[in-house]
Amino acid sequence: MLNRQGRPSSAGEAGTNAHPTFTGNKALAQIEPLLFEIGRYDTTGVDIDEPEDFEPRLGGLERKDAIGLPGLSEPETMRHYVRLSQMNYGIDTGLFPLGSCTMKHNARLNERMARLPGFSDVHPLQPVSTVQGALELMNELGRYLVTLTNMTAVALSPKAGAHGELCGMMAIKAAIEARGEGKTRNVVLVPDSAHGTNPATAALIGFVVKPVPAREDGWVHVEDVKERLGPDVAAIMLTNPNTCGLFEPQVVEIAKAIHDAGAYFYCDGANFNAIVGKAKPGDLGVDAMHINLHKTFSTPHGGGGPGSGPVVLSERLAPYAPVPFVRAGKDGFELVEQASDASEKPFGRMTAFHGQMGMYVRALSYMLSHGSDGMKQASEDAVLNANYIRAGLSDLMSLPFGNKPCMHEVLFDDAWLKDTGVTTLDVAKAMIDEGYHPMTMYFPLVVHGAMLIEPTESESKSSLDLFIATLRDLAMAAKNGDKERFTGAPYHAPRRRLDETRAARNPVLRWTPPAPVAEAAE
Amino acid sequence: MRYLPLSDSDRSEMLARIGIKTVDELFADVPKNLLLKEPVDLPRRKGELEVERILSRMAARNVSASSVPFFVGAGAYKHHVPATVDHLIQRSEFLTSYTPYQPEIAQGTLQYLFEFQTQVAALTGMEVANASMYDGSTGTGEAVLMAHRVTKRRKAVLSGGLHPHYAEVVRTLSDMASDSVVTLQPDVSGDEDILSQIDDSVSCVVVQSPDVFGNVRDLKPIAEKAHKHGALLIAVFTEAVSLGLVASPGSQGADIVVGEGQSIGNALNFGGPYVGLFATQSKFIRQMPGRLCGETVDADGNRGFVLTLSTREQHIRRDKATSNICTNSGLCALAFTIHMTLLGEAGLKRLARVNHVNAIKLADQLAGVKGVEVLNKAFFNEFTVRLAKPAAEVVERLTEKGVLAGVPVSRLLPGAGLDDLLLVASTEVNTDDDRAALCAALKEVL
Repeated sequence: MLNRQGRPSSAGEAGTNAHPTFTGNKALAQIEPLLFEIGRYDTTGVDIDEPEDFEPRLGGLERKDAIGLPGLSEPETMRHYVRLSQMNYGIDTGLFPLGSCTMKHNARLNERMARLPGFSDVHPLQPVSTVQGALELMNELGRYLVTLTNMTAVALSPKAGAHGELCGMMAIKAAIEARGEGKTRNVVLVPDSAHGTNPATAALIGFVVKPVPAREDGWVHVEDVKERLGPDVAAIMLTNPNTCGLFEPQVVEIAKAIHDAGAYFYCDGANFNAIVGKAKPGDLGVDAMHINLHKTFSTPHGGGGPGSGPVVLSERLAPYAPVPFVRAGKDGFELVEQASDASEKPFGRMTAFHGQMGMYVRALSYMLSHGSDGMKQASEDAVLNANYIRAGLSDLMSLPFGNKPCMHEVLFDDAWLKDTGVTTLDVAKAMIDEGYHPMTMYFPLVVHGAMLIEPTESESKSSLDLFIATLRDLAMAAKNGDKERFTGAPYHAPRRRLDETRAARNPVLRWTPPAPVAEAAE
Repeated sequence: MRYLPLSDSDRSEMLARIGIKTVDELFADVPKNLLLKEPVDLPRRKGELEVERILSRMAARNVSASSVPFFVGAGAYKHHVPATVDHLIQRSEFLTSYTPYQPEIAQGTLQYLFEFQTQVAALTGMEVANASMYDGSTGTGEAVLMAHRVTKRRKAVLSGGLHPHYAEVVRTLSDMASDSVVTLQPDVSGDEDILSQIDDSVSCVVVQSPDVFGNVRDLKPIAEKAHKHGALLIAVFTEAVSLGLVASPGSQGADIVVGEGQSIGNALNFGGPYVGLFATQSKFIRQMPGRLCGETVDADGNRGFVLTLSTREQHIRRDKATSNICTNSGLCALAFTIHMTLLGEAGLKRLARVNHVNAIKLADQLAGVKGVEVLNKAFFNEFTVRLAKPAAEVVERLTEKGVLAGVPVSRLLPGAGLDDLLLVASTEVNTDDDRAALCAALKEVL
């Protein structure tokens, strides 16, 4: 088996122990011990002068024990984390086609803007007169979000997508309680293809989740929804474009059916990035939708957050938006922090303070840069790129819903791997060896061995061409019986395949000092 | 558009390869009458310079903490963050990575999370910690839900010293989930009678120390009473630096410790993003919310780290999950752990002493100002003063004089009859000149 450079890449040749080194390092690939194995309890990388003697006023509650926090000097700290960073794959490393997660380019302008002292070095409880620019920014971000979605109001404070879902569903619950139907309307319809956060969110605040089964065309059908509607249904949580990468063609009919039954339409906006500037959720009948600023508007994912999940609300739900919110007053912007100061009926509070200001700045910086024309173009390019991948792979990999246009992500199943002995997981790990971050695997659950590929608009045509060629090569290898290339993969990553079962069976969640008879053999 | 690599000729070639003429054919499932023909009614694209101008103009309308004598706290604290921290968190491989679902190429994230979990556990005096929550307030809400799962009871008792925003977050969540909450009256003195609220119906008692009024609270008697009745003590903190000097909640019997980690490594950011710290005892790990990083080995037997115990989580358990949390606060956790590594035990303890000493100095100086009464007996780096005039008014007047004096209690608890109280925080950033400026300005205003 030869790769593109004509070099052998079969398992044996690619063995990791070929030329052992004394240190265990392999040139740029450095082994980095745990902080607790290299740090010292009397070392600090921060110069602070010891204060003069004092009599503590802690009510006799001084901490007397050793805490257990080793320190490093500044150069050692730098090296520790730089070496750790070099074991990570990021968007800046290469194509990161993680479906549903939208790993698009993170412009550094946005980082610079978020670090302006006027945004980063401002306290949430400073007098409102000293933060007019911050409130202006929040107001402007809200205006952009409301305009792009054609909704009535926005609650900015939710801290991430799932938190936004919670906020939207709380608004729905508040509206239903205001109608006096709190006791009777307690069912939420959730399609099987939904993100796990949807049912988890609904259940968290006492709703009973009723699934809507998937159809073989990947769409939610209005008759399946209608069948489940009744006076007990509070809402539907529908993702559109859905997690199969398809726009729901019956979304308007579904919204109408939901509304006719007295329920609300919660839209999971995780895939809003496919339709920004192309369609407005408010026009589709949505009552509430969270927007992942860290997906659609490119605030960095940061290895798992921080995110930001503003929720846009329809006229029917707008009065229930939580505190705080910004309001334009006659002497400038006002910050409504107490429900009692609102003329509306806020359902409560999602978080301390005002939400993810640092993310608001980055998202607005993205929107200003793109402009309305650039945002539309970005959506079109994202969809074009996904379909280009579909066209390039549809003869070798299997499309569960037929070869029809997709939105910003293309979903394959594992039917094409039948009888190869190779699984979706193996393909993902083989992609790692090829220098790619794998696609989303095994999600959505409605498709067997799902592989959800989202290239985003940030990829060039040549990058996509190489990606397609690579996947074609992998597909052919799998079909030709080169199993080892997959089942042993990754061979070239900083770690070989990790034993997740062992981690779960005997959880080791923190470092502990080695016992006297340590397992020293290695 | 500078972020979009495709050229028009690329687009044409790609459309041809797909076998269509226009990109709108890909949007065929969008109802025709709802597909937008023109860009929405917002400004067109802008160059980097123009965007910088617009946002810099907004930023310039805000007074930054470093530009004035600054004593504002109440849940977010102005500390010095070493330059190294901000440099490292902007490394591409950290900044632009995702939740570590593919551990073989995310060992950097996973190892720092493992180290972070260890640091948080040590700091709080607990056995295990998770990989972070959104912030202290949402973490507190999650802690209450976790206590309900552990005890199979549905009633929380909130101390009157709990940050009012935190209490409101818990109440919002509990009301929506039809759980019951008892909130004690605002407790300026720190000696409320919370013990009498604890009985066999209570799931958890939520107590903050130092509390929102700055009081350092003795948690031991509360833990004892709670445990006697089968309830859990949830200990909350909003100032992580305090744990360098104040006895850990774990050593006082807390079952869950949850707090705000912003003070270590993270900027004020007008309220977010911050990082919630969440720790508990090992016996409760399967009821914990949030991501957990665990140690394992790879196929070659080398140590490595993975996300683990995900059967608690929403993507596996769906409506039976322990929490709906997905994205958390990874990069803020990284900032926390880098700053903590730089500090080390010696540095953290010294930083905490400097904070405490600065607050003592400020309290003593303020006590000498006519019309100011310092109310706390025990405090760390923040305390409450009673002023001869309404605090909100005084703060406005001091703002005009270029001093940001603190948080009027009435902003957090309007209508509670505490309008003359001001929360004042002092950290390592405050100088003798800052303190003198505050005292001088107060003398003029009061």
